[in-house]
Amino acid sequence: MANAALDPHAAIATTASGLGPALTTADGQPLARALARSQRRARRRAFLLVLPLLAFIVITFVVPIGQMLQRSFYNDGFSANMPQVSAWFAATERGTDPDDAAWTALAQDLVASADARSIGVVGTRVNYDMPGTRSLFTATGRQVRGGLEPPYREALLEINDSWGDPRLWSVMREASTPVTANFYLSAVDRTRDEDGRIQQVAEQQRIYLTLFWRTFWLSAVITGLTFVLGFPIAHLLATLPMRQSNLLMILVLLPFWTSLLVRTTSWMVLLQQQGVVNDILVWMGVIGGGQRLQMIYNQTGTIIAMTHILLPFMILPLYSVMRTINPSYVRAARSLGATSWTAFRRVYFPQTLPGLGAGAMLVFILAVGYYITPALVGGSSGQLISNMIAQHMTGTLNWSLAAALAALLLGAVLVLYWLYDRLVGVDNLKLG
Amino acid sequence: MKSTLILSTALTGLAFAASAQEVNVVSWGGAYETSQVEAYNKPFTEETGIRVNMIAADNPATPLRAQVEARNVTGDVFDVEVSDAIRLCDEGALMEIDPADLPAAPDGTAAADDFVPGALLDCAVANIVWGTVIAFNTTKFDEGAPATAADFFDLEAFPGQRGLPRNPKRTLYLALIADGVPAEEVYEVLGTDEGVDRAFAKLDTIKSQTVWWEAGAQPVQLLADGEVVMTTAYNGRVFDAMVAENQPFEIIWDGQYMDMDMFVIPKDAPNPEAAMEYLKFATDTQRLADQARYIAYGPARQSSAALVGLYQDGVTEMGPHMPTSPEALANAVMDDPEFWADHAAELTERFNSWLASS
Repeated sequence: MANAALDPHAAIATTASGLGPALTTADGQPLARALARSQRRARRRAFLLVLPLLAFIVITFVVPIGQMLQRSFYNDGFSANMPQVSAWFAATERGTDPDDAAWTALAQDLVASADARSIGVVGTRVNYDMPGTRSLFTATGRQVRGGLEPPYREALLEINDSWGDPRLWSVMREASTPVTANFYLSAVDRTRDEDGRIQQVAEQQRIYLTLFWRTFWLSAVITGLTFVLGFPIAHLLATLPMRQSNLLMILVLLPFWTSLLVRTTSWMVLLQQQGVVNDILVWMGVIGGGQRLQMIYNQTGTIIAMTHILLPFMILPLYSVMRTINPSYVRAARSLGATSWTAFRRVYFPQTLPGLGAGAMLVFILAVGYYITPALVGGSSGQLISNMIAQHMTGTLNWSLAAALAALLLGAVLVLYWLYDRLVGVDNLKLG
Repeated sequence: MKSTLILSTALTGLAFAASAQEVNVVSWGGAYETSQVEAYNKPFTEETGIRVNMIAADNPATPLRAQVEARNVTGDVFDVEVSDAIRLCDEGALMEIDPADLPAAPDGTAAADDFVPGALLDCAVANIVWGTVIAFNTTKFDEGAPATAADFFDLEAFPGQRGLPRNPKRTLYLALIADGVPAEEVYEVLGTDEGVDRAFAKLDTIKSQTVWWEAGAQPVQLLADGEVVMTTAYNGRVFDAMVAENQPFEIIWDGQYMDMDMFVIPKDAPNPEAAMEYLKFATDTQRLADQARYIAYGPARQSSAALVGLYQDGVTEMGPHMPTSPEALANAVMDDPEFWADHAAELTERFNSWLASS
């Protein structure tokens, strides 16, 4: 009943009861209690009405995303299937050379894991940190299935002398605990050397930081372009008489309702070297037949197609805010001697900021996670980080790395949101 | 009241699922799926009364892995690539399949001797052999058409944009072949750092003129639009465009990359018996030969080859269009799943980094 004090009705009831004989309802109950009860019921009903959505979000969104993100730091592929050697790693210091106990543990784990057909999981986990080792595990597994004779060290080295590689032992030590930061290291182009020190990966393997940077840069450019293109349209829509503005609105909404894939492929038809735009330019004699412009399958293609696709997300919030701006403010400013630029800058534009904030936020966050359009029209230079996430989800099946990349992306967006809140204020956001 | 409603709905759903004999097959969609429906599913349902539900996926290995991970397997038979079949089998996600259970060839040859090498694994049975090949638009070259993998990299003699898939698996080998590495040594060379450098150096020569494709339908479209003059593509798709749509395309078999598609059954498949029935039925000599009526992918059984006849249009001889025909095999690279299981991650990262550095 902590809320009772905040409740104006309850307060009135209490005050009322303090003044004279306690007020009661028609059936003789104290008014305060009846009120509190009815309010409890109303709150419960409101909660029950929200419950389906809450359950839906928790079951279909929070739990799966949480599980997915958990993979970014939790991978028990090695530790769960190689318990004895994991125990040896836990009991010894980093840098300890494998002794007889270690080799025995490794051999017994390998035999058990091969019999249980989990050796592939183990090999895959180690391969993430040391490429080229997966087949060492699966091939050895095939040979030791059913047993291995001591001395184990010699027996394993006999099968493949890579088992003696100190880097392999270092990587196995890394993998022997289920919780690891290695996937985050990979996601920022870092790796660990033999002694566990963090270092940058070889130059030709570096990719993710470049792509993160490119993703945020291109998203900012696209947000800027949607603003430049969308602002005048939204203004026109908001100021034209209803009949004309409705017609214009249809032109904005029709592409919005069209499938994303259809719009992307239309841009491919328009922009490719043998496409409509190049054909027209050649026909008009602007360029020669041999110098057709490369407008797609590169960064330009990604920017053009994404700007078009995301434009309505900027126009609609701007429009809804502009409609509510009273035109007499600008007229008043003009009548007081402001030039039209000053009137726009000091009176009109500040009032559109909530819509602009909402539009920019929507466009930027959507652009950061865009995947289909860059995949289709991005070529080699127009790829975004989500294309890498998709590749690790469906191609290399390294879900842990995909989760780490996704978590970093999510973190970066949250930081930007926080910055936005500090600088502009989220309460300045108006979606319609 | 509400709970009884939910309960009864759930029960009806269960009862319905249990009553019908069925098998869920997850495959790749498109013309390939059609060929499986025509050659396998229809006769199978006719003979056994078991209904087949075809489910399309971009790569069936992805839902398979997700279903196993979530311990809620809904598919019975999955059509996956060799490297995925090996991986999933090593990870204990698949049912083992004994070659002795598979039907023998009509002349009595046991299945183990009848399937082409590499087509039978511990947990998987191949149904087709398919190739990634170079295809070109015949209208784009007036004086002399390209004929070899080296011509693909020759921008002077054959100017125009090229199409290549955006992955290392089907690009690096082609660069090496074009650079003069014999087909059988490709993986040996690719296993060394110098070999990888050499492949990327060769790719550098056409990088500025390359359009990168991702889905199997894209290269054929790019070629038809005239956006590229030459591209690599899956041979069945090119054949489909050439024969069914009369496109002026031609295939260069030199430097073909051969791969197999395999049927696998996950460990916790809901209808394992029906799945095994389906798998046996679909991989017998006649069905594999029948599939070649609908798409230009080679049957994975030797005994099927003799039964391969005409395309469904009734005039086109399928033999020469098969990735397993003698001409096609002359300088072909067979997929090495072990190599890719080890190096896919590392080479993919290097490939992406190379792409991004333009």
